[in-house]
Amino acid sequence: MTTQEIHERLQARFGDDVGPLSEAKIDPFAVVKRERIVEVCEFLKAEAGLEMDFLEDLTALDWPKRNVIEVVYHLLSYRHRHGIVLKVETDRAAASVPTVECVWKTANWFEREVYDLFGVDFPGHPDLRRIMLPDDWVGHPLRKDYQEAGGWHGIGNTRENPLVELRRLDEARKAEKAPPPAAAPAAAPAAPVAPAAPAPDAKT
Amino acid sequence: MEKLILRRVDRNSEEMILNFGPQHPSTHGVINFIVETDGEVMKKAVPDVGYLHRSLEKIGETVTYPGYMPYTDRIDYVAAMFANEGYAIAVERLLKLEVPARAQWLRAISCELCRIASHLISIGTMTMDIGAFTPMLHGVRERETINDLIEALCGARLTYNYHRIGGVAYDLPEGWRDRTLAFLDHFDKFLGEFDRLISFNEIYVKRLANVAVIGGAQAIDYGLVGPNLRGSGVDWDLRRDMPYGAYPSFEFAIPVGRGFVGTSGDSFDRYYVRVLEMAESSKIVRQALETIPEGEILAKVPRNLKPEAGEALSRVESARGEMAYYVVSDGTNKPYRVRARTGSFTAMGIIEDVSPGLMVADLVALIASLDVVAPEIDR
Repeated sequence: MTTQEIHERLQARFGDDVGPLSEAKIDPFAVVKRERIVEVCEFLKAEAGLEMDFLEDLTALDWPKRNVIEVVYHLLSYRHRHGIVLKVETDRAAASVPTVECVWKTANWFEREVYDLFGVDFPGHPDLRRIMLPDDWVGHPLRKDYQEAGGWHGIGNTRENPLVELRRLDEARKAEKAPPPAAAPAAAPAAPVAPAAPAPDAKT
Repeated sequence: MEKLILRRVDRNSEEMILNFGPQHPSTHGVINFIVETDGEVMKKAVPDVGYLHRSLEKIGETVTYPGYMPYTDRIDYVAAMFANEGYAIAVERLLKLEVPARAQWLRAISCELCRIASHLISIGTMTMDIGAFTPMLHGVRERETINDLIEALCGARLTYNYHRIGGVAYDLPEGWRDRTLAFLDHFDKFLGEFDRLISFNEIYVKRLANVAVIGGAQAIDYGLVGPNLRGSGVDWDLRRDMPYGAYPSFEFAIPVGRGFVGTSGDSFDRYYVRVLEMAESSKIVRQALETIPEGEILAKVPRNLKPEAGEALSRVESARGEMAYYVVSDGTNKPYRVRARTGSFTAMGIIEDVSPGLMVADLVALIASLDVVAPEIDR
């Protein structure tokens, strides 16, 4: 069955709650009303002739300009070798889409990932917690306006040039070696000159 | 989530909660399992992933289309060719680009060699997890030759960066064809040797047969793909059922688990499907080397890639099953979103529901038979 035919059957069943198929640039998709997504998915999975038994992918797209997050469903039928792409739009400020975990078990982990990285809530999900990031992470990195917090529990996410670090270690080592031959703490200002003296010591 | 090294739930019972991993050789990477056990029998094993999360999808939004190719290597470093290929196909679909025939063949050759290498690691580490060390060394020894061949082809042994948007980077070097054919002659004999060495060894079979059975319907419901799906008796392979690239030109069989020694869908089936698949890959490489057409290896691609706004999904049959890239373009020279759907991620999702009632030692067999690779889960 072609995507058009699947879409016609969806519209025959759900009317305007399933939006028109986007113009076929590469992969067309249909936007489904948020409240009806579980019904639409159950219909697509159970209806004879459609039987989309495989939820291939579930992910999201962030569109800050339109102030929506789109949750994207890629469905595929192993028996009929056809598929369709569905999208559900939700408000960015209070992103929430009903879970389809009751239709396909594999949605469990996919939805956890979208929850973690996009901050979309899935009411009805049995185990909605962060999956990739630590539980106390702030923010949702795949949102377009995400700002890095500059580290986590004292672990920084910036690092200076390692060569700078090496040079500082070198200088510290030289400074350690410097005092014994000089043996005069009062001569501290002369320290830059002192390294010439320990150099032959190191070779012996 | 509670994280305790070892905790007895009740003083008078054998129940305890223990951490399996993250640094444990049998977890195939940095993965943590929180295991609730009653003595040796597990009540539940809850996977805790994310230790290797490097935001590869976020990085995709900050680099140009060709610039993302080396990052795809890091998604699955055991079988990086497929990650390359999947991303290249997705962007080619966005650009509506035709790939020259010779490049299609080179992609098939490199990918099938990579599949053999990946499966050798998979079955090798699996035998080691079960307690047999020698087969692992045999597997790694053969893989070394494949690494040499691929190094001659593209200059890298692990993170290949060989495929390009519109083709591949390098043509076959001189003498490579004969070297590969000589290796395949040796390899076909090796497979029989490997079967005699371990596959039907009585102890090995007893450890795997009828352990962690996943039925066909359950496997589809949980989104298992590739050898894990076929091990459960579902006859599906993208190379045959939704063909791409050069695959329609080759003859090969799709091995499907049918309970070789126990039940269909047990750990042994998932293991043995991989062994049989390697023989098929060897056949494909032979056919491809036989029939490879002459011509260009790279289509004419503009230097500054700007696909028109739209979205495309590509599917390839990776060594760990279906790998899908979902690339969204907004008309600029950087992707708006790159999404990689990987086989290991969904395979991990099933462990919590398969684990109840298994022995702790069987958890190791289950993880090994699902062939998960940690960076592919976490990306």
